[in-house]
Amino acid sequence: MLMGLKRLFAFLTISAIAPGLFAQETAQKAEEGAERWGVNMTQGVTEVSRTTYDLHMLIFWICVAIGIVVFGVMFYSMWRHRKSKGYKAAQFHESTFVELVWTIIPTLILVGMAVPATKTLYDIYDTKEADLDIMITGYQWKWKYDYLGSDVSFFSNLSTPRAQIDNQLPKNDHYLLEVDEPLVVPVNKKIRFLITANDVIHAWWVPDLAVKKDAIPGFVNESWTRIDEPGIYRGQCAELCGKDHGFMPIVVKAVPEDEYHSWLSDRAEQAARIKELTNKTFTFDELYERGEKIYASTCAACHQPNGQGVPGAFPAIAGSKVATGPMDGHLNMVVNGSSKNPAMQAFGAQLSEVDIAAVITYQRNAFGNNMGDTVQPIDILNFKNN
Amino acid sequence: MAHGPKPGITRWLYTTNHKDIGSMYLWFSFAMFLLGGCMALVIRAELFQPGLQIVQPEFFNQMTTMHGLIMVFGAVMPAFVGLANWMVPMMIGAPDMALPRMNNWSFWILPFAFAMLASTLFMEGGAPNFGWTFYAPLSTEYAPPSVTFFIFSIHIMGASSIMGAINIVATILNMRAPGMTLMKMPLFVWTWLITAYLLIAVMPVLAGVVTMMLMDIHFGTSFFSAAGGGDPVLFQHVFWFFGHPEVYIMILPAFGIVSAIIPTFARKPLFGYSSMVYATASIAFLSFIVWAHHMFTVGMPVAGELFFMYATMLIAVPTGVKVFNWVSTMFRGSMTFETPMLFAIAFVILFTLGGFSGLMLAIAPADFQYHDTYFVVAHFHYVLVPGAIFSITAGVYYWLPKWTGNMYNETMGKVHFWLAFIGLNVTFFPMHFVGLAGMPRRIPDYALQFADFNQIASMGAFLFGAAQLVFLFNVLRTVRGGNKATDEVWENPQGLEWTVPSPAPYHTFSTPPAVR
Repeated sequence: MLMGLKRLFAFLTISAIAPGLFAQETAQKAEEGAERWGVNMTQGVTEVSRTTYDLHMLIFWICVAIGIVVFGVMFYSMWRHRKSKGYKAAQFHESTFVELVWTIIPTLILVGMAVPATKTLYDIYDTKEADLDIMITGYQWKWKYDYLGSDVSFFSNLSTPRAQIDNQLPKNDHYLLEVDEPLVVPVNKKIRFLITANDVIHAWWVPDLAVKKDAIPGFVNESWTRIDEPGIYRGQCAELCGKDHGFMPIVVKAVPEDEYHSWLSDRAEQAARIKELTNKTFTFDELYERGEKIYASTCAACHQPNGQGVPGAFPAIAGSKVATGPMDGHLNMVVNGSSKNPAMQAFGAQLSEVDIAAVITYQRNAFGNNMGDTVQPIDILNFKNN
Repeated sequence: MAHGPKPGITRWLYTTNHKDIGSMYLWFSFAMFLLGGCMALVIRAELFQPGLQIVQPEFFNQMTTMHGLIMVFGAVMPAFVGLANWMVPMMIGAPDMALPRMNNWSFWILPFAFAMLASTLFMEGGAPNFGWTFYAPLSTEYAPPSVTFFIFSIHIMGASSIMGAINIVATILNMRAPGMTLMKMPLFVWTWLITAYLLIAVMPVLAGVVTMMLMDIHFGTSFFSAAGGGDPVLFQHVFWFFGHPEVYIMILPAFGIVSAIIPTFARKPLFGYSSMVYATASIAFLSFIVWAHHMFTVGMPVAGELFFMYATMLIAVPTGVKVFNWVSTMFRGSMTFETPMLFAIAFVILFTLGGFSGLMLAIAPADFQYHDTYFVVAHFHYVLVPGAIFSITAGVYYWLPKWTGNMYNETMGKVHFWLAFIGLNVTFFPMHFVGLAGMPRRIPDYALQFADFNQIASMGAFLFGAAQLVFLFNVLRTVRGGNKATDEVWENPQGLEWTVPSPAPYHTFSTPPAVR
């Protein structure tokens, strides 16, 4: 029995030292390969993302080292200690000493691992003293960004055309990772994200920033980032949120500070202009054309591009009671949402008066509904105020 | 008085015999394994290429949900209960299970539960589509109408599991042959005893959480609705308080099977029997205090994150003890590599790989990058497929000659092993890469940089699926005939089950055996 234990121990020692000698060189080569083939976590563009990457690689190499020892002994045994080679089985078993050794050593390794992890975690949780606050709200299936302290607020939708998803057009480089309105942020500023959701749970994740936080209705979660380099960073919703969970990407555009400020004032002006449009009277064609675009970005995910809906889940608009019934009912449905089906959101708070007027006009006249009527932005405003 | 089984279908409907019920559990779980597997193949077929080709996102989500539910509750858990039914009485020298009529009932409600669950696929609005973890409010306010049927089928499965667990505890504690002290019990019996306690502790929690959902959906409560003063995160806490022990429910009996097989084929006693028992008990205890590591991104306070991170890392210690013990048992043994041993060795290697990625996931800051990506999918498939499925397969090959009296075809067994081994690694290993590179889980379509690895994974999945047909064919052939097995079957295996004839008579140990 003692002989057996000694040999086991000698083996463990040898196999524990060996990987250390090769680890550094292998590590370097592996890292180069990993970057080229896209098989590893990104190092990202923030201090937190780099620290996270380092933690990831540290625990990875610890696992590799343990693996070499354990599998080394195992494969050596499978090679040498076979019955077919006439090897006679030793009968040693039970040793409190060995059991203690392989309980204590892993514990020590874990403590060594826990220390840097704890430090990083505290850093990630330190959301104090931010230069800029952005409210992120998850909706089925898009993101809304509010720049707190300014009038700027907008939705960010997937911009990949449906035809690419349905394989009718070739897919472009950023297939499913592109949006109509990216989140624009300044570099080298501490940005605090306040993350929540309007309907179900979503999760806002951008790998290059190492930010992933659940967006939960009724809760406001906090996270932060400070981006080092200007660039475009892409991510996706990371919590199953229904049908189009795979189709609500995130695009963050990090720009130098002055560019950010001019963008912000442009956006504020734009918002003011859209507000002015509320008092304008539009022709049918203007409304229909604008409505078609709004429909595609806001309604088509559920009601389908052809207005036929999905039986059992999302009602059709073609020939529907609401879209071919009295105007007030239609206004009520779009502005306040459905009281029966929470999937039909209250778009009064999401779209401008112009866009609501346009999309309602479109819905009443497309898909063979042919109601022939229009509604003006000012009507929407009056409806809301009543 | 010895008497045999009744003829005809009533044998199976009315049986109170642990061997009959064990066989029914095993066949049922294999059927569910094939059904859940077909759903996995639908998922993999859709993910073969970017773009939507075969199914729409609505149906894709139903497939991921049903695949998970069926594999967990229909394939893995009943298979272990089936093995326990067959082997626990024979291992402790008992004539049958302690509560034979309840045993019959706990099996026979299962087909109804799964018929109800599967029927939701044909309902208006489709089957449950909110993931097997069914997070509220996606599974309550936003769920399809079939969610109510899902809730009731979970209730029935839970009742079945609780009854099965009570039966196993009662059998082990009361019906051991004289001289079979607790610390002489085979490890499979030990691990099942501990698993049964886990089941009794957490299945009511699962029943509770689905009942709260039922109340929210139909009776106007707001447990999980923020608008009504409830808390969607509460759902996750309650669910994972069930869910994490559930993970160990699916792996502890596997530890027992492998601890029986490795010593037999290494011709050497298990290195540390008592430390294996203590390690199993420690893992079971820790399983109750780590649940929120599934929820690192929900926004817990930092103290909570730290507690759950440390507790989770601690699990690596007793799990390591187990792996080291298996390896030391092999070390300087005299090994042969029959099919059960191949599956057992693959279990040790691949389960350890799954353990490594588990350790990585335990590191909370790194988990922010891994969470809800394919890295997690790779992780839990590495612990469940080579963990639970391989150990069940190993157990079936190991005990099949005892059950049927015939030897299975060794060549076909080895073909099955290598196809399954290669298929599984080709399927799940690339998922580590796409996960780290940023592919979220549960998406029906993906960005172009993930295309190559997904294509490889899909091909592996079909290979793995095909391998199971070899298994089915081999088992059917063995049931019908083949070379006669000896009573010992293997070379000097340990345990009372090898002292009875092969095939094991309908009633064994009507008089208790002598235990040294």
